[in-house]
Amino acid sequence: MMNYIWAVIIIFSVVSSLLNGTSNALSTGIITSGNTAVDLCLTLLGTFCLWNGLMNVAEKSGITKIISKIMSPVICRLFKGIDKDSPALEPICLNITSNLLGLSNAATPIGIEAMKRLSNNNTNKTSPSNDMVLFVVMNSAALRIIPSTVAGIRASHNSANPLEIVLPSILVSFCALSVGIIMTKLTERFF
Amino acid sequence: MTNISNYILPVFLLIIIGFGLYKRIDVFAVFIDGAKRGFDVFLSILPSLTALFLAVQMLKTSQGIDIITKVLSPIANFLKIPVETLPMCILSPISGGGSLSIYESIISECGPDSYVGRVASVMMGSTETTFYAIAVYFGSVGIKKIRHTAICSLCADFTSFILAGLFVRLLFY
Repeated sequence: MMNYIWAVIIIFSVVSSLLNGTSNALSTGIITSGNTAVDLCLTLLGTFCLWNGLMNVAEKSGITKIISKIMSPVICRLFKGIDKDSPALEPICLNITSNLLGLSNAATPIGIEAMKRLSNNNTNKTSPSNDMVLFVVMNSAALRIIPSTVAGIRASHNSANPLEIVLPSILVSFCALSVGIIMTKLTERFF
Repeated sequence: MTNISNYILPVFLLIIIGFGLYKRIDVFAVFIDGAKRGFDVFLSILPSLTALFLAVQMLKTSQGIDIITKVLSPIANFLKIPVETLPMCILSPISGGGSLSIYESIISECGPDSYVGRVASVMMGSTETTFYAIAVYFGSVGIKKIRHTAICSLCADFTSFILAGLFVRLLFY
């Protein structure tokens, strides 16, 4: 799947650069893309260390256990391979909590830890389990309480009420998340 | 109210560290122990992010988005998605930074409190970068087959794009 998507984007880009006469810009783009990826990863390296450290503290102190106790009835129903004692339960709950709070910098490294633990349960090492797919789908549909980036941009452009979009954003992302989860459950048997 | 989001992170940290102290944990040593794992994460996602960024940069610099926008405009009109937001919708599943900069230009051109500005805001506030999530999460565990992930995530994104306009019309007009 990724195979085709990736190849199609690249081929399409080359063809459209010929049509648009932008092959010069495209060449620069290709060369700099590697640097952009490394720059981002380097920036994220600190974030990853920070949140892995905090996650470790939260886990050792047992606070993640409290959060996951609250969320486990819902999570265990969604993730069929997860029960109350699964090692993946705590990072999954913490990932959802940080997504809700809009801490996407925290959600990514914590989510990666969750993926690693989910993958330990996965018998097939090349293809993801249903739970792993569901987890990524839930992370790509963002349900958060305050979309702070958007509110910040609106405020900087003198919006009369930067936060008026909070309610529709929550409603829309809740619908999108539901569609994502339902689709995942319906289509998992075909892939 | 905008300030509330500024307090979320500090309070979150306060709770984690405070609770750790309360449970008599050597918070400093435990933190450092966990932080070491950051390096593994860094190394495991770099290859897939390089692949993603190559595709994103090529699509942006070739101005291929313009061609897709032209082709998809009639469909957007039919679904009542404002055409101004279309480039943002197309870019948002693959590039968070790219769609954010289009969002900013929409806001400065149309105004944050216009219909288009509000719809664009709701779209940005309700989607994440799908292929970034796929690259990072599957990359970190070395999985290349993604099964139904992309289709389901894109369905969720598509739902956001259609519903953003609908909810803005219902709540504000």
